Amino acid sequence: MPSVHYIDSSGHEVEVEAAEGMSAMQAAVDNGVAGIDGDCGGNAACATCHVFVDPAWLDRVGPADPDVELQLLELAEGMQDNSRLACQISLTAALDGLRLHMPAAQF
Amino acid sequence: MSPQDLAQIDPYGIPLDAIDVSNPSLYQQDLHWDYFKRLRQEEPVHYCADSPYGPYWSVTKYSDIMMVDSDYHRFSADKAVLLDTARLVGEKEDSPSLAAFIAMDPPEHDRQRKAVSPAVAPANLVRLASVIRERTSRVLDELPIGEEFDWVEQVSSELTILMLATLMDFPVQEKELLSYWSRMIAGTPGDGLMESLEQRDHVLRQCAARFLAMRAERAATPPANDLVSLLAHSPHARDMSVEDYCANIFLLIIGGNDTTRNSMSGGVLAFHDNPREWAKFRTNPALVDSLVPETIRFQTPVIYLARRARQDAEIRGKMIRKGDRIAMWYISGNRDEEAIENADRFIIDRARPRQHISFGFGIHRCLGNRLAELQLRILWEEIARRNWSRIEVTGQPVRAYSNAVRSIDHLPVRIHA
Repeated sequence: MPSVHYIDSSGHEVEVEAAEGMSAMQAAVDNGVAGIDGDCGGNAACATCHVFVDPAWLDRVGPADPDVELQLLELAEGMQDNSRLACQISLTAALDGLRLHMPAAQF
Repeated sequence: MSPQDLAQIDPYGIPLDAIDVSNPSLYQQDLHWDYFKRLRQEEPVHYCADSPYGPYWSVTKYSDIMMVDSDYHRFSADKAVLLDTARLVGEKEDSPSLAAFIAMDPPEHDRQRKAVSPAVAPANLVRLASVIRERTSRVLDELPIGEEFDWVEQVSSELTILMLATLMDFPVQEKELLSYWSRMIAGTPGDGLMESLEQRDHVLRQCAARFLAMRAERAATPPANDLVSLLAHSPHARDMSVEDYCANIFLLIIGGNDTTRNSMSGGVLAFHDNPREWAKFRTNPALVDSLVPETIRFQTPVIYLARRARQDAEIRGKMIRKGDRIAMWYISGNRDEEAIENADRFIIDRARPRQHISFGFGIHRCLGNRLAELQLRILWEEIARRNWSRIEVTGQPVRAYSNAVRSIDHLPVRIHA
């Protein structure tokens, strides 16, 4: 069961245990983590699960998929190099301990 | 066809081929529901060979709508978002066009959308919240108790037009003019206000002239956070054609106004029709978090938007040809039982209230969605604070003749202390 840490914009941190293969969006929504909405249900059709991958984890998580995520992230506010759609991050054992930062608000 | 004739038709009794859900009267009379229920069941991807707007496909299932909406590679928005092309781009060569970024594809869509998105970015919403609350409080305090009045006029319209004036930094004392322009942009010929597209052209030219003058003024002053200043100063804005600038203004006028207004009114009506939900809210005002998206879902202020297929595409075994138009019926998607449990019921504490299709999906997803939610949240918070026992709807809602906006034009109510 990989664990993931969600850190909000004021630094408050929540740790969640996720099922193997679950998306980081689903893990947040299922556990009532405030700051991630997932309005489209995980279909890369909105940008309300926008997260910033902690720099220490960026290599392991990888950058936003140009075909699927990039455009939606660009149209959201405050996109950075470490921006991802949480619904496109699959939580595997390799990502156990992952740290994701959340924007002040979803857009 | 008279309203009585329309009401006589059995949506299950006519051939599927004969169904045409583009008729604005269906929405004015609130008779569309069973047509969509039938289509979702029997022909979720439906071809209408003959309509006043020409032939078109309909997608009626939540998941199909989301797919089409998000797939701009195959389904273009370019001058295609309304079935009534004349109403979108104007009848004549020089008619003012409504085809703003909502009716564009990337890359131009992205450039123009990004020019205005700072106006409704989270940081700006934080700034707007206090003026919204102050205004909402004032408007609610001025309402009569125990006496009939029109909620649309006194509350929904009033609050949303003031919000629009603030967003554009347009003089509040001229709000009636802004309201008139809004109704002429969003209207349909024959709706009681707009007589013809020619009349609309005339009115829109006046609106355009005013906003062009405002742009020139704001270009000469330091950048501010209102929509006009953002458009005047954005790096791309300097290259933006007059036509595109005006179309964007028209879009922001209706996008920032009509829709939220109708969610406000729709919420009042929904509570009246569902007294147990009102009781829930009174007992637990914290339900405002889930009630706001539920009112947006239940009203579905934008009935549909359309696309044009850029290539042949198959959806549920139906062959859509390149060039065909496809209407995405949000009004149907939001009642799709396969996507939303008890979809036809107004439930203010449902498990996943934010999963609705009123804002669309993909790159065109409603830019102002958070601002709409903010206004609605503040309205319901302030209503809860006043602890009225009931907002009674005292007469039939008057709905607009339109297939595009689900609008409540009048809602007679009486507040019970």
